[in-house]
Amino acid sequence: MAKSITQEFVKGLWEEIPPFRLVLGLCPVLAVTKTVENGIGMGVATTFVLVCSNILVAALRNIIPSKVRIAAFIIIIATFVTVVELLMQAYTYPLFLSLGIFIPLIVVNCIVLGRAEAFASKNGIAYSLADGLGIGIGFTLALASLGAVREVFGSGTFLGTPVFGPSFHPFSFMVEAPGAFVCLGLMLCIMNLVGKK
Amino acid sequence: MGDYIVLAISCILVNNILLAQYLGNCPFLGTSKKMETAVGMAMAVVFVLVLAGVITWITEAFILKPFKMEYLRTVSFILVIAALVQFVEMFLKKSIPALYAGLGIFLPLITTNCAVMGVCLINVNEEYTFMQTIVTSFSYAVGFGLALILFAGVRERILLARVPKPLQDTSIGLVTAGMLSLAFFAFKGMV
Repeated sequence: MAKSITQEFVKGLWEEIPPFRLVLGLCPVLAVTKTVENGIGMGVATTFVLVCSNILVAALRNIIPSKVRIAAFIIIIATFVTVVELLMQAYTYPLFLSLGIFIPLIVVNCIVLGRAEAFASKNGIAYSLADGLGIGIGFTLALASLGAVREVFGSGTFLGTPVFGPSFHPFSFMVEAPGAFVCLGLMLCIMNLVGKK
Repeated sequence: MGDYIVLAISCILVNNILLAQYLGNCPFLGTSKKMETAVGMAMAVVFVLVLAGVITWITEAFILKPFKMEYLRTVSFILVIAALVQFVEMFLKKSIPALYAGLGIFLPLITTNCAVMGVCLINVNEEYTFMQTIVTSFSYAVGFGLALILFAGVRERILLARVPKPLQDTSIGLVTAGMLSLAFFAFKGMV
């Protein structure tokens, strides 16, 4: 474990980018990526929770008894999720409505609890911050790219502006549930092709 | 009575929790490689989801609403569900060891299954009555089990097929799930 803080940050962007390398937290990935905007919104909300909970877990790691650590982590995460929920309700109301129940469901996103348990409970505050930020940004990038593919082909727009001519007929399969699964499956395949070890 | 049947059908088939609402996908891909584990997970979800639906409804109606603390919903629900799963595990270990042996390892996983939390939140958001909550919780859980067992059956056959290397494992699993989801998509507009 002689990695530098930068290495911990960078690994979340490629080496361990969720959900492609670590197949965790698939529900929000599939559900909110109908548009790029929703994908980025969800990614930023998750990053915030991830960074804050990682910092707090790392700060309290010597105080929390190991028997009740999972329960303690869940409470810490739930607190920050509530913070995000209230903030989004106040400042980005349309996004809050379109993400719906997937904001409170960040609590049960395996990535957040996974990082708290696997990384933050064993490492210092600075390292945990870098890890949380890296994984969070990686997750946001993944959501945005999946959202881009689905939005461009599914509704012919990118961030709300049309990219094809008026004669384009949207490939509506992409924005529906089956398209989400197939699209993510094919993206995983591409990632496997590109990043073989 | 008719209303309840319509509600049940809509939850099992039309709004299938896995394939139409995208909830609970981690256990969907994680436990579907073998039929045995899929059946175990499906049973555990049916069992816990009904209990969790009832308990969170009670929490919402008798604690959060009267004291105007709806903003604590996320925190309280996850705590209630975690405590419930822990309690069910201890109870089963002590009194029904046979069932515990069957469900055993799947129970702790359920705490972080977003299908459970998701259904509880849907029930509260839609303002269902107590009876409706029981019906929807049970039907969503049955829908989860149905999709999971169907998917496990397909996945066992895929093991025998020659899949290209980059597509193996999760990747082909997701594409298969997409096809299954397309089948369930046909139920849309039925209710």
